[in-house]
Amino acid sequence: MQRLNYAAPKTVNEAVSLLAGASGPAKLMSGGTDLLVQLRSGRLKPELIVDLKHVPGLIGIREEAGGFVIGASTPGATLEAHAGLKAAWPGVVEAMDLIGSEQIQGRASLAGNLCNASPAADSVPAMIAAGAVAVVVGAKGRREVPVEAIPTAPGRTSLAKDEFILEIRLPPRPAHSGDAYLRFIPRTEMDIAVVGCGVNVTLDAAGVCTAARVVLGAVAPTAVLVPAAAAALIGHKLDAATLAKLDAAAQAACKPITDKRGTIEYRTKVAGVMARRTAAIAFERAQGRAVKGH
Amino acid sequence: MSKHHVTTTINGEAVEFLCETQETLLDVLRNTLNLTGSKEGCASGDCGACTVIMDGKMVCSCLVLGVEAEGSSVTTVEGIADGETLHPVQRKFLEHAALQCGFCTPGFIVATKALLDANPNPTEEEARYWLAGNLCRCTGYDKIIRAVMDAAAEMRGEARAA
Repeated sequence: MQRLNYAAPKTVNEAVSLLAGASGPAKLMSGGTDLLVQLRSGRLKPELIVDLKHVPGLIGIREEAGGFVIGASTPGATLEAHAGLKAAWPGVVEAMDLIGSEQIQGRASLAGNLCNASPAADSVPAMIAAGAVAVVVGAKGRREVPVEAIPTAPGRTSLAKDEFILEIRLPPRPAHSGDAYLRFIPRTEMDIAVVGCGVNVTLDAAGVCTAARVVLGAVAPTAVLVPAAAAALIGHKLDAATLAKLDAAAQAACKPITDKRGTIEYRTKVAGVMARRTAAIAFERAQGRAVKGH
Repeated sequence: MSKHHVTTTINGEAVEFLCETQETLLDVLRNTLNLTGSKEGCASGDCGACTVIMDGKMVCSCLVLGVEAEGSSVTTVEGIADGETLHPVQRKFLEHAALQCGFCTPGFIVATKALLDANPNPTEEEARYWLAGNLCRCTGYDKIIRAVMDAAAEMRGEARAA
């Protein structure tokens, strides 16, 4: 059996060199809540684990230029405990918080959820809706990548062998903005999304939507940004006709599979319903009302 | 490459051990350090029987590599009591018969202590959500929740809950 090595680099350069110089398959580790399960099942057989948690900046949350910078390996429990982040981006925080148990929240991270590249990853639709950017570092330097460009297929990402995510950046919030994430599962906790939906809106003073991003999870190989669903919202208040157009646009964007969690028809129908409900919460929050999401 | 040499703190005591990369913290606790209170139920982070507190955060020790414990501080169920004196959470689990086979109990005790350290006055709903990552196949959870709420009341210095 090939021996499994472990390294915990203390700098970005050291981490990049380890990845670039690895002779066999290497896996990045933040909280390890997906990685350890995949190692044990034999689905992954890396020769090297690079634990990124000791690289400066990988853990922690800071406000910068009106937005937030979240270290890639920051555990969910730290997001949930950050009052400022929660007030500005309740949808992102509630999406992260939905992942697993409190025990999982002690370890699981936004970048880990993103790079595990599950189509049903809860935090990913919320990050994409938020317009989040991943700061990626590697042998060729640093690049900023919209979160939606990281996952390319189930279990696959656009990161090169020597690259990893340093931090996730959430942009500044215009006035009258709100975001939300909902997922449908057949129980209340500890399950994987049948459909997930992230919505982020900005309204004018009269409550008319001026900007929107609508994202669906678990209905395609990767999370899908749905411009047609955003177009259904922009220029409108959230009335019955707008909701109907949003529902139809969300359903039209679905390319789901049938599996044990739901059929193609079921997932498609539920996607429309989740889009309606998530948009309703995002609009409420954009008007300054604190709304419990899930 | 030889085994990893790890220096850590477990239940307040400095501990050193050797481990392979693929050994989990749970493997090390049980097989190397003979701290067998933490249990392996699912080995996939779903059941919570292996719950420990690591650097102030509640985690599944089956989803932590042993080598990651370097420089950290870990509290296991063996570190909850004060010497021979049971922690109120442990005493209330006994009083309320909040266990049957007992396999899940160490995880519940650690998770409940972490809950009450963070939130001394949880609602029943908050307690149930906090403990959603701890599975019990015997009790139906009701006695566990009664023990948790009573322990919380006692620790706040209030009269025994009805």
